[in-house]
Amino acid sequence: MNMRRSLKIGFIPLVDAAALFVAADKGFFAEQGLDVTLVREISWANLRDKLAVGLYDAAHLLAPMAIAAKLGLDRLDVPLAAPVSLAMNGNAITVSRALHAELLAAADGDISRPAVSAGALAKVARKRQRAGREQLTFGVTFPFSMHNYLLRYWIAQAGLDPDADLRLVVLPPPYMVENLEQGKVDGFCVGAPWSSVAVAEGLGVILHMSCEIFARAPEKVLALREDALADDPSTATALIHALVRAAAYVDDAENRAEVSAMLARPGRVGVAQDIIAATLRGELETGVDENSRVDRRCLIIGAGGACRPDPRQAAWIYAHMLRWGQAPYSTRLLDAARSVFKPDYYNAALTPAPGAAAAFEPAFDDNDIGAYLRGFAIGQKIAG
Amino acid sequence: MKIVVVDQNPIRAAILEQGLRDAGFSDILHIDEMRNLLRRIYAADPDVILIDLENPSRDTLEQMFQVSRAVRRPVAMFVDKSDADSIRASVEAGVSAYIVDGLRKDRIKSILEVCVSRFDAFSRLTSELHSAKSELEERKILDRAKGLLMKAKNLREDEAYRMMRTAAMRENKKIVDVARSIITAAELLK
Repeated sequence: MNMRRSLKIGFIPLVDAAALFVAADKGFFAEQGLDVTLVREISWANLRDKLAVGLYDAAHLLAPMAIAAKLGLDRLDVPLAAPVSLAMNGNAITVSRALHAELLAAADGDISRPAVSAGALAKVARKRQRAGREQLTFGVTFPFSMHNYLLRYWIAQAGLDPDADLRLVVLPPPYMVENLEQGKVDGFCVGAPWSSVAVAEGLGVILHMSCEIFARAPEKVLALREDALADDPSTATALIHALVRAAAYVDDAENRAEVSAMLARPGRVGVAQDIIAATLRGELETGVDENSRVDRRCLIIGAGGACRPDPRQAAWIYAHMLRWGQAPYSTRLLDAARSVFKPDYYNAALTPAPGAAAAFEPAFDDNDIGAYLRGFAIGQKIAG
Repeated sequence: MKIVVVDQNPIRAAILEQGLRDAGFSDILHIDEMRNLLRRIYAADPDVILIDLENPSRDTLEQMFQVSRAVRRPVAMFVDKSDADSIRASVEAGVSAYIVDGLRKDRIKSILEVCVSRFDAFSRLTSELHSAKSELEERKILDRAKGLLMKAKNLREDEAYRMMRTAAMRENKKIVDVARSIITAAELLK
């Protein structure tokens, strides 16, 4: 038997860190010989930096941040790798009640369809421009985040340029709601439970769950330093076993009350248990009358092989970085991006579930990123 | 060279500012208001931005490094790979530095050194203050328990103290914990 290995793992208070909390509280880490300390962090940048300098052994990280680190787009230039995914989807686009009323008035059809709501947003934004009023401001959690790409994708589909026609600001997830309240943002794209908190406080309306825009988007990974992962594959294997088991535990409806109570604790996500339980059920109150929207894909922790990182998902994220000018294009960088999502450890540890491969909706071919980018009217293209 | 210090803790900011002045950096702006942080920073147009790691606005700062209309000057997010040790030291001390491109490496290094030593000094000060406070707290508890014992058992002060000390040794507890139980018991028996 190996020595018990002590690990420090940092996280941001979000429902999509569920597998980490469950693996710790149900003893799944301990069963694998891991002595894990979870540390709540205040910013994504802290997680990344503390991981890079070795204060953390692993971190609950935005999937695009791990890729940005490998591509040298960020601060410390310490390559990260993801041997296991923690969540897919789980975000929502929420707007202030005032903006929602404007969107309803401007909508040409059913506003619950992203194409319609985006069209309404374009009308409202243009009207503001003509009237010389201040631009609409939306919050995202980080430049390298699915929230940023999702919001931009939605904004651009009706012909608005997210860099020119609106203002996007970065705010940490727990601060979104107060910024909405103070009128500093008109809307935001953030992970659960913060949209539901805005609805519960009567401040916002959930316009879309992220799965209505991207059906299966990689969201959070467990990131490790690339060199540490290569030096000690057995720790990664132990983490994968514990987290995949924890993800299945989260997915089991019978455990929902117990899991949401674990997450509701003050040092964890720290919001009301019923809000967390609703997110896990995939049922979000939108804040419009008594409406709630139900979608099983609302937040995916482990279902359908979601824990298995797929290099094609990483390529898809890289495509979004290219679209918004965050990264230059080269086949070398594309391969580097792919290499961040490492399924080998997962494959060796477990038999992947059938159908676990990345599925893209809208469609995406990682061997033809040029075609993907040419499909958009707004955003950068690449040669070839 | 202009340095912006983003910190909501006025004491720590003052300590850091003094350290930077002592090291010969005189153009320093302290920002403690997080509203419109980016606008404030762009207006100041600094060469170096220092921010504490407890600050939730750190992620907001990261936005400066994106290609956008807001960026006026290129900002290097990292110092240099060869400076990994100074970066590690500053992260450990709880501060992060953002450097505008083109700054000389030796100057960056000296700024980081000041950051680390001032932040460490602040942590020491805080923990000393904390332990001084808890020492005072403990003395108050001991005095109160001693008084209760003296009254209840008609003892002299030194006898009361000895009694608590013996109980602590016997039960392998700290004397202040014994004193706390005496106070609790006395409250219950009131």
